Amino acid sequence: MNIFNLLRIAYRALLRNKLRAFLTMLGIIIGVASVIAMVAIGQGSKQSIHDQLSNMGTNMITVQPASNLNGGVRIAGTSFQTLTVKDIIALKARAKNISEISPAVTSRGQAINGALNWPTSMSGVSPEYLDIRKLTLKDGIPFTQNDVLTSAKVCLIGQTVIDNLFPNGENPVGKVIRFGHIPFKIIGVLNPKGFNAFGQDQDDILIAPYTTVQKRILATIYYSNIYASAASEAVTDQAVTEITQILRDSHRLRSSEDNDFQVRTQQELIATLSSTSGLLTVLLTVVAGISLVIGGIGIMNIMYVSVTERTKEIGLRMSIGARGRDILMQFLMEAILISITGGVIGVLLGFLSTRIVTLTLGWPTIISQSSVMLSFVVCAVTGIFFGYYPAQKASRLDPIEALRYE
Amino acid sequence: MTKKALEIKDLKREFQMGSEIVRALKGISFTVEPGEFVTIMGSSGSGKTTLLNILGCLDKPTIGEYFLDGVDIKKLSRDELAQLRNHKIGFVFQSYNLLARTSALENVELPLLYNKDISVAERHERAMHALEAVKLADRADHLPNQLSGGQQQRVAIARALVNEPVMILADEATGNLDSRTSYEIMALIQELNSKDGKTIVFVTHEPDIAAFSSRTIQLKDGIIQKDTKNEKPRSAKEMLAALPVTEDYTLSS
Repeated sequence: MNIFNLLRIAYRALLRNKLRAFLTMLGIIIGVASVIAMVAIGQGSKQSIHDQLSNMGTNMITVQPASNLNGGVRIAGTSFQTLTVKDIIALKARAKNISEISPAVTSRGQAINGALNWPTSMSGVSPEYLDIRKLTLKDGIPFTQNDVLTSAKVCLIGQTVIDNLFPNGENPVGKVIRFGHIPFKIIGVLNPKGFNAFGQDQDDILIAPYTTVQKRILATIYYSNIYASAASEAVTDQAVTEITQILRDSHRLRSSEDNDFQVRTQQELIATLSSTSGLLTVLLTVVAGISLVIGGIGIMNIMYVSVTERTKEIGLRMSIGARGRDILMQFLMEAILISITGGVIGVLLGFLSTRIVTLTLGWPTIISQSSVMLSFVVCAVTGIFFGYYPAQKASRLDPIEALRYE
Repeated sequence: MTKKALEIKDLKREFQMGSEIVRALKGISFTVEPGEFVTIMGSSGSGKTTLLNILGCLDKPTIGEYFLDGVDIKKLSRDELAQLRNHKIGFVFQSYNLLARTSALENVELPLLYNKDISVAERHERAMHALEAVKLADRADHLPNQLSGGQQQRVAIARALVNEPVMILADEATGNLDSRTSYEIMALIQELNSKDGKTIVFVTHEPDIAAFSSRTIQLKDGIIQKDTKNEKPRSAKEMLAALPVTEDYTLSS
């Protein structure tokens, strides 16, 4: 018997009992739809966490002076003064996995505009810093390498500082404010970034060339940090190793000595958050998978009932020439037809409900092709798996007894 | 020598019922020539049903030989038996056994679905042809519940004819029908036998029906009690014509 005949027979048999076929499908429909919707929600939240972190600069690497033993007394790392222009030159010359690098010095102080003042901090950095931290300007222009060379008294201003120094909404670009007693000309306004994951206001900041902060405010030759960008997220680990080696060389550390600096990346944070939402995806998938199995058991149940109910039909088919295999294939085909049709409807429903979740709740969702493929394959397999035993039972009936069954 | 339609030699069939062995058939031999119309008669317990199952290739003899159209069924597997039934036997049952919610035409097509050598077009054509032979071509798309008992049985006969079998095997085919409709069915069967030369084996317990056949085999307690030729079978058509016409029937054939 060819596949077309089989399909015809199975399709007819299902049409003879539409409501029951639909109810049987319902388990599969709900199972597939929930797999797709759940995975879409899980993936969506994972992606949105990732995007948020990327926005902070996921391939950002921070170098800080490290705490160290100095004659038996442990001293806080930040009070160490180990990072210098020498390190920057060495890193620029030798590091291959780093695309951008910026020294940083920080000074806290009072920003003053006429009668208004606001306590904030000023970061002294190089122009690359904006790229490394993924900062963008809302207005004005960034400072340049030339400003660094001349220690120009220019700065970029964050939204929080603007709110406090320019409360009436005037355009701060071109205005001159004072930080401590040094006047700075505002040349650009940073796009607001809001609070970071640790509750720090990322907009409460002034950014100026590092030479300006070093020479005019702090009077130091050391850096408090070095920021760098790994060439890509993938090579972050290599970049860390590279930086560590270069800085050890540059600081002339013997192999017995500990690092006098720390290299940090955002990777750990990303990994933690990703694994949390990855776990979420797994859990949702498991729940949805269970409902698929329950749908499959529903199919098995109905197929058993159907085989019993249609014993006489099976007897007739056998008496007019159906082989055991034909009966097996017929019932298997019915089960597969139920599960595949259920699968198709389930996929559509999954898309629809995902869309509804996005539209009504505003949750980010991503429908992954793999989840659609997977649940579809699982469906077909469910049909075959749970349809097989009832079909086998049907195929093994004795035609004489089946014909006489009432 | 022409091939026999069926040939049975010293056939025995025993069943194991718990610790007892029940001998349903205790050694039966007969042959049926092509074109014969044989009735197998017997009361219940005579082994009639067991013989029917074996003749229909649904069951195999314990001992003895059975050749259907020259094929020794003893050597065949379950699947091969199914194929043999598909090609060489047309069943007609007491309770019609039509598939519900399936049109008459599709019911008739059913045996051909299990024959992969037959194309869709040929299947339709042969099914229509078989329906014409039972004079139901105009009811091809009716469902069984839209047909009378007699019409349903005629659809079943068309289904038995459609694969051009060596033998039509009828099991109490008139058992569920009133006498007028029974005569109609018998007339049809007689016509198939005489006009188209179909071999017919009709299992029944009604002596009335046996009178229409050309030969009667009487079974009793698992052996053949009598095997008589009927030189002058009655004509069901004449019987039908002789019945008084009542208002609740109209002849549809």
